[in-house]
Order: sequence, then structure tokens, then C-alpha cells
Amino acid sequence: MMDDLSLVMPEVVLCGFGLLLLLIEAFLGEKSKSLLGILTLIAASSALFFVLRLSRLNGEAFFGLYSLDPLASLIKGLILVILVLITVASIRYVERENAIAGEYYPLLIFSTLGMMIMVSTTNLLTIFIGVELMSISVYVLCGMFRENVRSAEASLKYFLLGAFASAFLVYGISLLYGSTGSLDIRAYSEAISAGNYSSVLMLGVALITVGFAFKIALVPFHMWTPDVYEGAPTSVTAFMAAGVKTAAFVTFLRIFYTAFLPVIKDWGGVLWLIAVITMSYANLTALVQENIKRMLAYSSIAHAGYILVAFVTGERSLSSSIIYYLFAYAFMNIGAFTCVMLMERKGEENLDIDSYAGLSGKHPLLSLCLSIFLLSLTGVPPLAGFMAKFYVFSTAIKAGYVWLAIIGVLNSVVAAYYYLRVIMYMYFKEPVKEIGEIDLSSPYFLVVFICIFFLLYLGIFPRDLTLLAEGAVSVFF
Amino acid sequence: MGEYIWLIPSFPLVGFLLNGLLGRRMPKAFVSWVGCLSVFLSFLFSVFTFFELLRLPPEARLIEVDIFDWIISGEFVTRVGFRIDPLSIVMCLVVSGVGFLIHVYSVGYMHEDPGYPRYFTYLNLFVFMMLILVTANNVLLMFVGWEGVGLCSYLLIGFWYEKDSASNAGKKAFIVNRIGDYGFLLGIFLLLFSLGSKGVWTLNFSELEKNVNLLNENVISLITLLFFIGATGKSAQIPLYVWLPDAMEGPTPVSALIHAATMVTAGVYMIARLHFLYNLAPETMFIVALIGVLTAFLAASIGFAQYDIKRVLAYSTISQLGYMFVGVGVGAYAAGIFHLMTHAFFKALLFLGAGSVMHALAGELDMRKMGGLKKYLPTTHWTFLIACLAIAGIPGFSGFFSKDEILWKAFSSNRGSIFIYILGLVTAGMTAFYMFRLLFNVFYGKERVDEEIKHHVHESPKIMTIPLVILAILSIIGGYVGVPHVLGGGAHFEKFLEPVFKVPHEGEIHHPLSLEIGLMVLSVVVALIGIYFAYLYFLKKPELSESFVQKYPNLYRTVHNKYFVDEIYGFLFVDNLLRFGRFMKNVIDEAIIDGIVNGTGYFLRGLGSVLRFLQSGYVQAYAFSIIIGAILVVGYLLMKVTS
Repeated sequence: MMDDLSLVMPEVVLCGFGLLLLLIEAFLGEKSKSLLGILTLIAASSALFFVLRLSRLNGEAFFGLYSLDPLASLIKGLILVILVLITVASIRYVERENAIAGEYYPLLIFSTLGMMIMVSTTNLLTIFIGVELMSISVYVLCGMFRENVRSAEASLKYFLLGAFASAFLVYGISLLYGSTGSLDIRAYSEAISAGNYSSVLMLGVALITVGFAFKIALVPFHMWTPDVYEGAPTSVTAFMAAGVKTAAFVTFLRIFYTAFLPVIKDWGGVLWLIAVITMSYANLTALVQENIKRMLAYSSIAHAGYILVAFVTGERSLSSSIIYYLFAYAFMNIGAFTCVMLMERKGEENLDIDSYAGLSGKHPLLSLCLSIFLLSLTGVPPLAGFMAKFYVFSTAIKAGYVWLAIIGVLNSVVAAYYYLRVIMYMYFKEPVKEIGEIDLSSPYFLVVFICIFFLLYLGIFPRDLTLLAEGAVSVFF
Repeated sequence: MGEYIWLIPSFPLVGFLLNGLLGRRMPKAFVSWVGCLSVFLSFLFSVFTFFELLRLPPEARLIEVDIFDWIISGEFVTRVGFRIDPLSIVMCLVVSGVGFLIHVYSVGYMHEDPGYPRYFTYLNLFVFMMLILVTANNVLLMFVGWEGVGLCSYLLIGFWYEKDSASNAGKKAFIVNRIGDYGFLLGIFLLLFSLGSKGVWTLNFSELEKNVNLLNENVISLITLLFFIGATGKSAQIPLYVWLPDAMEGPTPVSALIHAATMVTAGVYMIARLHFLYNLAPETMFIVALIGVLTAFLAASIGFAQYDIKRVLAYSTISQLGYMFVGVGVGAYAAGIFHLMTHAFFKALLFLGAGSVMHALAGELDMRKMGGLKKYLPTTHWTFLIACLAIAGIPGFSGFFSKDEILWKAFSSNRGSIFIYILGLVTAGMTAFYMFRLLFNVFYGKERVDEEIKHHVHESPKIMTIPLVILAILSIIGGYVGVPHVLGGGAHFEKFLEPVFKVPHEGEIHHPLSLEIGLMVLSVVVALIGIYFAYLYFLKKPELSESFVQKYPNLYRTVHNKYFVDEIYGFLFVDNLLRFGRFMKNVIDEAIIDGIVNGTGYFLRGLGSVLRFLQSGYVQAYAFSIIIGAILVVGYLLMKVTS
């Protein structure tokens, strides 16, 4: 039992801090809420410390309900870094936008805890618990601007549709249990190889696919995304885009690559189609968006489509490209959304693209940073976004999915239009409206610079991360 | 001291950076001191290095220093490295020495110009690039210098860029040079790959020289021809000479430094540097000598009918460069470089003298509005006279020794030919004629200066006349380092350069001494005839020249308009290229390509605006979408199982 506990130390620490924050909050005055942010940072760093200490370990705990492997450690590291960045970016933002800090930080912590649980288990029930812990916390986070109608609407929509999708997920899990008698995903591939190829099992696979397709926002399960991303506080949007998507994608990857590779010819076809629809639909719709948060929401749907291009190949040895993509994706999205946070006013103002016209004249540094993130999202070398796309598409080509790669590349050409359009507005247009004072305080720029550093570092020296990622995906063998 | 040769080009670089970054905020004195001193330090250092070389035994006079690895690609490594041998030190001395004098002269000449710091910044950059060109130890670094001086030439021709003619001349020079550079680049590629395919990946001069026999003869002919195309651009030879006369739009000291003394001789230097390749390509050598002598003749004839004093000097430069190519083309590399050096002295002197005249006459360039300036500008006059005597090849002056050396080699060397010799000899007479025409029209005869300007005519300040005097002295004594054996001299210059060129002595035809003396006398007589005719036509009986013009109006017009070469080029190449460019822009690019691109864009945006209506905002609709998706996924998978 003690050994079990030592394996889950990161989660224990994080959970403890989350509860502690809830307690302390009651005794803090309105003015000292930023202390909660600092405590969150301490929580995240101590959890990160334990993740690093345990990173070389392989092991199971609690009768196989929890397991630790390189993939889990790597992704938990990323998730905690995301938590750190979001927290730093939130410190001034929450204060400025008058959100309720008392619940904000604990919810971030609990949501992160849910993600960590999701990615470090092979048991479907534990996965479901993690997914729900993550999702319910995020539902609430979306509504943190209570006076703002859009924020409340986003929260409610996300909650309703999320509950709907969870039903699919949990029904799929029960069908899988019914057809094989096990909740451990490692049992399924054996059962399938042994001849269990029933329609009940395949129905389970289909319903789990629907559940995760909702979480990672694949078309046509994506409808909530633009509304929720737009309505939620921007820091929460960044957290959803980077954190929720990473955790859900890795869990999806783990389940399918561990359990269902023997039947890839069945689900591969349907995911191929979903990938094409997702990329094309999201990019085309993003072209006509005038609100930058909505534009980035469609962009995040499109990026999920790109990752799916590598996913459908079923090449275990090449799936490190997915991990690389998730890292690059997290840093460029957090960076871009942080720039949006700098610009916006009272949750609603300065979000349309016209506000960015001529920005470079008044705020050259901010414009430069945002341009870097947009260029990385476009996939311009030497930034990490380029290497990420390169790895994903070359995975598809190596596995023989040439057409899919071509569709993906054409889509990134379309995407270049709406990313570069913002840069064009910032540098080549005259300002069209008054955007007011911008709070250029250091926490935001700390986050922005860290993201730029990682984008450049990963883009120029991709080998460091790909080696780690290759180690991580070795768990599928 | 040898390992510090990289300092030679570094001083002007420092000067360039200081003047470029701080010049505008500093007083003029700072700019002048930085500009002149940096070049002077290079000169001083070149002199030290020169004596260092002299101390070494002749065959060991080679200092090579590599600074850092520059391009590494597989087996091919190119370093940034410098090489000092007798050839490059001569070039260093000329570039930094003459360059220094012209910098000093510029302090006076450009004093009133608002672009004073910019001028010295460019000038220092030019000296830096030129020194890189002549000290580089590999072809690629030499090409950097080659392009660098081209850039500076462009910047300085267009120095007064508010004037349309100046900025157009800058563009013309740059574009014509690019055509030549293209040949140079192709030559580099061909050299690199043809040696590389034999397993030797290098562009270093010493290593090239060692491995040159690996190459096949035809390839060498092609390589050398391509390099020579580069040389015709930079050194203004047929067919690419047309930019140099227009380059006179730049400030006069720039014409003296870049377009007379140094940059335009880069092509000659390059052929001398790659002599080991040219030696193996007799056909190319013949073409070099032929182009050289034809250019010399053609440019000299155009010089007859020009009235702009700087243009006369420009055509004279083209003509003299032709002589140098004759020299290197017949294998007399040392003679070519010798003429390069003496020409640097007297041609820089001529340009600076012309600048002094312009300075006195408020910028007047037309010699028809001059005359009789002798008494107003005494120093300018006698230095100009010395330069004219030198260029005409009068015994005792530097030009005599170097030009005669080339003519003799054109006649006697087994690579020369009687045709080239005769054309060269005729050109020598023509040179004397048009130079003294210039001299007489400007300094002698009737005063034709406008009355208004006449009151202000004055000799230039000391800071301008002292460089003139020094250059005049050099134009006389510069020749005595290379007095040939036949006149009892030691031919020291040739001997000094001998370890570089390793002239093969066997197989040389020995001519009797009397023949050499005889030809020498002949060329002096030809020069004197030229001077006499100039005296007759322009001083004694000016009406003779006018009646000549009236008698042969068509001939006169053709020559005065430079044989319409610019117009022919314009008609053949420029107009057609422009037409082609307009077609590509209007039809291919704007109509077809832009049409496809924009059409795709409009189509996709249109598609996007249709798709956005799916996003209604109603949760029921969203849930319905999920249901549709779920039915599709489930249906697809169940179909797979049951089938």
C-alpha cells in the first residue's frame, strides 16, 4: 500500500493543495486572492517535482487500476507545465476581469488532477473518473465570469453536451465490459485476437470513439467548441485548448493503440473520413470568422484534424509524432491566447480582428510575439509548429496514407490565410478603432516568452523531444 | 607579423563601421580622420608586409592565414582565409596607397556635400571589399570582394541619387555587372564540380594550382571563358563596357578610385590570379588578348569625339584596361600587372586633375567651355601634363615602360601575334592624340570660360593639390621599378612577380636586341605623331578640326554617339526583355496565376460563409449533430462487422 502511494505522489500532492486552497480561500480577504495563484504554482511545481522523480519508473498500483509508464510521465509533465503557464497568465487576468478567484484556482487544480488520472491508467473505469473530474471542473471554469451572459451560456452548453457525450462514453465502456468481461484495455487486444469479433464489441468501440471525438472536438462532434471557446474566460479557453485536448488525445491514443489495433481496418476508415472532414470544415469556417477567439477555436479543431492524420495510420513506432504535435500545439496556443488576453477588455471588447489593425505601431513587442505564435500555427520554420506538421504528415506518407497527407497539406495552405490575415492587420493596416490602454504587465510576457522559447527550442532542436516521445510510445509494444 | 595579414582589410572595415554608425552625429573632422586614417593604416601595414616578403627567399614568398571555417558541406570546406604573395601585395599597395591619396583629396573635394559621412562610409567599405578581393585565398572569398566592390560602385555612382541620371547610371552599372557576375558564378560552379568529380573539393588557390592537371582541357577552356565573362563586366571590356562612361555620374574622386585605379582592374587581377588555369587554355588566352586590343582600339576612337572631360577619361580607362588584357592574354602577366600599377597612378591623377578643374569652374565638364586655364591652375596644369605624357608613353614616364612591355610581349611572345601588336601600336598613337586634345582644349589656347565663372576661377586648396603632386611624382618614378634589360634596367618588377607566375622560359623565341630597341623607337614615334596631330588640330589650327567634322558629318556623328552601341543594346536586349517582363506580369502573373489564386480564395471563403450557417447557437442542433455523427460511426463499424 505504501508503494502504491509513492507512485501516485504527484496526484496526491496536487489533490492536497487543491483542498487546502479551498479551505484557505474562506479566510482570505478580497485583496489577497493572488496568493491563491502563487499557491497553485507551488502545487504545480511540487507535483512536477514528483513526476520527474518517478519518470524512470514503470509500475502499477491499486490492483491495476493505476499505472505509471513513460507515456504517462511525459504527458503529466506537459500538463503540469500547462497548469503553470495558465496560472501565471491568470494572476493579473482574473484580478482585472473580476472573476471569482476563490474557486478559479482550485478548479484548475482539480481539472489538472483529472487529466493526470486519465493518462496514467489502463483501466476504463479510472479513465472515466478522470474524464469526468476534468470535464466537470472545466464546465464550471467556463462560467467563471458570472456577470457575462456569454460565459454562462458557454458553461451551460458545454455541460449539457458534455453530459450527453459522457453517456456515449460510459455506455461504450459497459458494452466492452459486457463482451469481454474486463475493464482493462490490455485484455481487449488479446480477446480480439482470440476471435472475439462481435458486434457488441464493435458497438462499444464506436461509442467510445464518439465520446472522445466530442472531447477533442472532431467534426461533427465539435459544435460546442466555437461557442464555448468564445464565451469562456480566455485563460480557460487556453487551458481547454492546450490541456483538455492533450489529455483527451493521449487517452484516446492509449486506448486505441493498446486495445484496438487488431481491428484498425474497421475504425481506421471512419477516422480517416473524420480527419478529412474535420480539417476541411474547420479551416473553411475559420476563414470567415471576425472574432479572434472564435477563429482560434476553429483553428484548434483543424489542428485536432492534423493530429488525427497520424492517428489513423495505426503505426505504433511513428506515433511519437502525435506526442510532438501535442507539445508544440500546447505552447503555440497558450502563447496566442495569452496575447488575446492582453488585448481584451471586460471579457468582450477588443476581440474582433479590427482591434488588431495597426497594432504594430503602438505595441511592437506584442505584435511581434503574436506574429510568432500565428506563424508557428501556420507551420513556418524554424518554429515548432512546422516540425510538428512535418512529422505528422511524414508519418502519414511513410504509412502509405499519401492522399490524407496531401489533403492535410492543402488544408494548412488554407489555414495560412486566416493566421496571416491577423499579421497583415497588425502590420499593414491603419488602426480603425480605439483599443484603450493595454496592461502590459510582466506575468503575461513571462508566459509569452516561455512559449516562444519552447517553440524555437523544439523547432530548432526537435531531436531532444522526439527521443523522449519515442521512449513514451514504446509502451504500445 | 605574417599571421596578422588579415589586419590589412580590417582597418577600413573598422572605419566603415565607425563612420557608418556614428558619422552622422560626429563633426566632419572625425569622419575625415577615421576615413583617411583607416586606409592609411592599411597602406602602412601593406608596406611592412611588403618588406617582410622581401626578406624571404623568392620562392618562399607566400603567407597564407586561415581565419575560420566558412562553408562546410560534405567533403567541401571553404575557409575565410587570406593570402599574401608578390601579386597580392602589389595590389594591396596600389589599392591602399592610391586609395589613401584619393581619400585625402576627397576631404577637400566633398567638403560642402551634405552626404559627407555617407560618402566616406561607402568609400571605406569599398576599400575593405577591394582588399578582401585581392587578399582572399580562395575563389569564393574573392567573389565576396568582387560583389562587394560592385555594390560600393553602385552606391557611389548613385551617390547623388536625387539626380535621375545618377541613379540610372548606378542601376546600369549594377545590372551590366550582374551579367558578368553570372559568368563568374557559373565558372566557380563548373570549376568546383569538375574538380570535385575527380575527388578534389576545393576552391583554394594553392590547392587548385596543385590539382589543375586533373582537369580536361575543354573544361578548362570553358571555365576560363566563363571567368573572363565576369572580367569583361567588372573591367569594362567588349561587350559589357557600356556602363563605365555612365558611371562618371558619381563624384570625381570615386571615378578616380573605383572606375579608374582599382575596381575596374579586378578582372585583370583575377586572370593573373588564375594564371595556372589560363595557361592551360590557349584558345581563351587568345580571346582575352583579342577582346583586349579591340576594346582598346574602339574606346580610343570614341575618345576622339567626346567633349565631356570625364567621359574622355572614362573611354581612356576602358582603352587602357584593354591593354592590360592584351598583356595577360599573351601570357605576360607581370607586364599586365605592371601596367595596372602605372595606370593606377596616372589615371587617378588625370581624374583628380579633372576634378580640380571642375572644382575651379563650378562643376563645368564641357571642354568647349574651357581653354587657357594654364595660368589659373598652375599645379593642376603641370601635374595633368605629366599624366598625359605618362599615358601617351613618352620615354622617361611610367606609362612608357609598362605599355611598351605589353606591346613588346604582344609582338614577341609565342602567344602574341602581329595583328594584336599593330592594333595596339595604332591605339597608342590614338591615345596620345585624344589625351593631348583634352590637354590643349582645357589648359591652352583661347579662353572660352563663361564670364561669370571666370571671376571665381581659382586653384584648388592644398589638401587637393598635394595628392596631385604625389601622384605626379609616382607617375614618373613608378616606371623605374620595371625598366627592361634592354635599356640596362633590372626588370625588378617582373622578377618580383616571377615566383607567382612561374613563367616557363623554354620554348621562347629569342629576338635580337636591335628589334626590341627598334620597336620601342617606333612606338615613341607613333606617340609623338599623335601629339603632333593634336597640336595641329586643336592648338595651331583649330579650324582644321571643324572642317574635318563638316567634311565627314556621318563619321563624326557615329563616333560622337559611341557607334550607337547603347541604342543597339537597348533595341536588342532591353526593349525585348521589358516586353517579355510586361507580358509575364500582365498576362501570366496578373491574369492567369493571380486569377487562379484569387479565384480559389473567393471560392473557399464563399464555402466558409455557407458552412458558418450550420453553427446556429442552439444546443438542440448541436446535440443533433452529435447524434448524426454517432449514427454514422456506429453504422459504419457495425456494417464492417456483419459483412
